[in-house]
Amino acid sequence: MISLGITAVAILVVIGLALVRAFLGPTIYDRVLAVNMVGTKTVLLICVIDFLGGNGDFLDVALVYALINFIGVIAMLKFYHDDSGDAESAQAQNSTLQQEEIL
Amino acid sequence: MTVLEIIGSVCIIAGSLFGVVGAMGLLRFPDFYTRIHAAGVADSICVILIIGGLMMFASSWLIAVKLLMVLFFLLFTTPTASYALARAALRAGFHPVTGKSGGKS
Repeated sequence: MISLGITAVAILVVIGLALVRAFLGPTIYDRVLAVNMVGTKTVLLICVIDFLGGNGDFLDVALVYALINFIGVIAMLKFYHDDSGDAESAQAQNSTLQQEEIL
Repeated sequence: MTVLEIIGSVCIIAGSLFGVVGAMGLLRFPDFYTRIHAAGVADSICVILIIGGLMMFASSWLIAVKLLMVLFFLLFTTPTASYALARAALRAGFHPVTGKSGGKS
């Protein structure tokens, strides 16, 4: 099917653009948003690849991947939880976190 | 090609167009909250169109039901993740850019 191939290539382009935002993103929340988008598009890509050549087995993988992606985003937000009031201190803390590059 | 496959092809190509537009919004919008808007809205319509179009290609009921489960799960989790992200950013002290001039965040 030519339309399935076009869709797979378009999803790969979307993943590339979201990865650019994940590398550039000024704050940690931009990065989490872009990584969430990459995960969602990966689920769609697994479904499309299943229809390109599989026999329905990859759909279980897609379901489990959606679950793990959601739980990963929520866990990341809990990890970076910050109640310190104003934007300057939050941005300063984010910049130090980006400099350290823990993860 | 049958009629269902033509409908499915139109749906998945429209969904991939919405996905590319959402990714361009994610890359080019100036503020974090506008980026959440682009990613969340375009993701929802892209997931609906692509998985709904793939259901037209399904050869058995089991595959269609599995795709429906993936669709329901993504439709529940994507807005929840966007909401949690916006709430965490707002509580961390980032405020939306308002007014005519705007500006880079």
